[in-house]
Formats: sequence, C-alpha cells, structure tokens
Amino acid sequence: MWQEYLFATSVEHALELLSRYEGRAQLIAGGTDLVLQSQRGECPATVMVDIIRIPGLNHIQEQDGHIVIGAQVTHAQIAASPLIREKAPILAMACAQVGGPQIRNAGTLVGNVINAQPAADGAVALFALDAELEVATPEGRRWEPIAHVYRGVGVCTINPCQEMVTAVRFRPLTGACGCNYQRLARRKALTLPTLVVAAVLEMTGDAIKWARIAIGPVAPTPYRAADAEAYLIGKKAEESVFAEAGQLAAAKARPRDSLIRGSGEYRTAMVGVLVRRAIAAAAQQCYGRR
Amino acid sequence: MHTLMMNVNGSDVRVDIYPDETLAEVLRDRLGLIGTKVACGEGECGACTVLIDGVAVTSCITPAMKAHGRRVVTIEGLSEDKELHVIQQAFVDATASQCGYCTPGFIMATKALLDANPNPTRDEIMHGISGNLCRCTGYYQIVDAVALAAKRLAEEEQS
Repeated sequence: MWQEYLFATSVEHALELLSRYEGRAQLIAGGTDLVLQSQRGECPATVMVDIIRIPGLNHIQEQDGHIVIGAQVTHAQIAASPLIREKAPILAMACAQVGGPQIRNAGTLVGNVINAQPAADGAVALFALDAELEVATPEGRRWEPIAHVYRGVGVCTINPCQEMVTAVRFRPLTGACGCNYQRLARRKALTLPTLVVAAVLEMTGDAIKWARIAIGPVAPTPYRAADAEAYLIGKKAEESVFAEAGQLAAAKARPRDSLIRGSGEYRTAMVGVLVRRAIAAAAQQCYGRR
Repeated sequence: MHTLMMNVNGSDVRVDIYPDETLAEVLRDRLGLIGTKVACGEGECGACTVLIDGVAVTSCITPAMKAHGRRVVTIEGLSEDKELHVIQQAFVDATASQCGYCTPGFIMATKALLDANPNPTRDEIMHGISGNLCRCTGYYQIVDAVALAAKRLAEEEQS
C-alpha cells in the first residue's frame, strides 16, 4: 500500500509531483480499482496523488464541435447528463451499467480507460464514439485516439506515474445517427460483462452510410469490428445484412474460455448475436426519427 | 501519519491515520463507529456504504484521506435522540432484515436514493439499491421497506 497521500491543486502540480517522486507516485481519481490493486500488491507506487480536487476537471460540455468530459467526471454524472443522453446515448447507457450506484458515484470514466480492462463498459462505448484522450505531460498536451492507448489486458500506454489524462472528447452524434449498446452479463448489477457491443451508424435513405462497432471483452483490449464496419457501408438496412455483419465481427473475436464469462465458443457466437441486435436497433432508431 | 479532518455525523473530528487507511477502517477502528459493516472489502456488496457530502460510496475502498474536509454520514448519524430514523423504522416494520449485516449499507443507500428521489417507483428502488447485496432475505422485504420509508417520509413532509 501507499505511504503518502497528496492532493494535487492543478494539472501542473500533479505532473510536478509525479516528476518529483520519479516513478514512485501515481495518480488516483475515484480509486475504485486502484485501491484494490494496491491492496493486492499490484501497484508499486508508494505515493498517491489525488486529482479529484483540481479545479476545472469536472466538466461535461460541448466545445468546438466536440463533447469534452473532464478527468474527474464519474460514471454516475455521465449516466445522468442530459447532454450525453441526447448526443452520445451509448456512453450514458454504458456508464449506467458499471458496478453499482456507489461505484459509479466514485469511479471516473477516464480512470476506467486508464485501467485498460477489456471489459470496461465506458471504454467500449468510447471506442464506438471514436474518442480521443487529452494527455498532459511536462512537455505539453496532446490528443490520442483511444485505440492507441490500449496495449493489453490492464496495460495502458499512458503512464500514470509520468503523465495525466485530463479529458476525453468525441464528436456528438447528429440526428442522422442511430446508436445502441448491448450488454450480456450474469446479473443486472454489480457484475462485469460477459460481452458488450456498442454500435453507431448513420443512414442516408435506406442505406447505411457508415457504421462503427466496438466490442469487449473478447480480446485483450476492446476493439472495432473493422470488417463488419467496411461491409456495412452502402448496404440496405435489413435483417440479412445485420446478420452478415454479426458473422464478420464474430470471426474476429478471440475470447478465451473463462469460468466466469463462459466458453470461448459461446462468447464468439454471442458476438454475432449482439452485433446483429445492436446494428438493427441503431438502424431502427434512425427510422424512428423520420 | 496523516491528519484527517472531517465532519462525521455532524461533529468535526480530527484523527491521525496511516495514509493508506480506508474510510471504513477509520470509521470502525479509530472512531468506533462499527455500524458501518465490512463484508466483501472490495466495493462489491455495499455493506460499508456511507455518504460523503451526500453521495453514497463504498467506504471499504475509499481512501480515508478522500474524506478530508468533507461531511460523512454513517448509519449512526441517522437516528436522533435515540429515535430510529424513518428509514430504519421502515426496515424494522417491513422485516427487511434477517442476519442484519447488510442492513446499515442498505439503509444508507436508501437514504441517498430518497434524498435524490423522494417518490421512487419500484424499478427505481431496485436500481437505487442495486449496489447492495443481501444473502438472507431475498430483497422483496427490502424493496417494501424502501417504499414504506418513502411513503412515511412523504406523509411527514405533508404534516
């Protein structure tokens, strides 16, 4: 466990503390994962730098054509946000599924991403939204696509002992878009998913203009079903097309057999089912708006 | 040691703690507020639920230092003058408690739920207590208790 607990007063202060402790300090936000990791001896840091009291990181706002969510924003805040519910409903739906109310009150979306678990509901939705993360470093800030920061199970390319993610952003979904979030789990609450699929698509007439399909946890990281996405472009929105896209997505799934999550065979089959359902529901949403 | 200053159940406290203590440890072991229960110790069961600035959290995975300068309410903070709080009395009357270990957590989750939504539907109640596990009663009586508490609080409000 850690031996010192510090509160950062600004992003610069947080980075300065990280730099001062040369790898022995780590950032903490909600702590819902980190405290347990530390108790299990999986977190070598001996100094915790709490970012929850830094002013200006608790925003959910529309800005320069993006929706921007600050690093302190919790799952509960996102699930309840009128802006997110209107312009990125899959993210609100995903965040509403994480843990239970108490966990959602403490755990942050950015922390969920940094923790880099393939089962992270919020992260799967962010893959489908093509989100980017703002990374603050002593040299300055940069935006990174979310797919770039996942390296493996629990491995994030952003080093919380050196860098800090200050926000996540994505383009709001327009009125021409439909989206859907499918989750398969053993219980309705307080459980990690067996499978989650997030889908976003835009229609022109009866044809699908483009689609984004994100899937987890059936590979070391959440991923986009690129083959299914490419196949869907220009296709008519109909059942046989949805089913084919599901099959293409399932062909890329590589789930392990898991006593908790079910056999690899079962989960691969379910990728096909959930992708089909998600795209069908997203397309239906587009029709429903006309 | 770090000095933790917080308000617990209306009283300011100042307590020296190890920096890695959880809020549940400080409440139970340093302040003697053993109404807050620790069951799973992993934030999965809700038995340790307390309110920080009105927000329900699992105190077993909350670093105690997070409560520095904040207002914490535990199950001991609900009753006044040895009278049970309306929610506590509703849990008694609806026989929503069997072994009782999960009960303080359920009651604190209920407090947070009813503070935010005084007139919840049955679905909203189930959602509101979905972060708490009970291995004895099977939830029906608990949902009844929350509904009863909401009804009584509304009546209290009117009179």
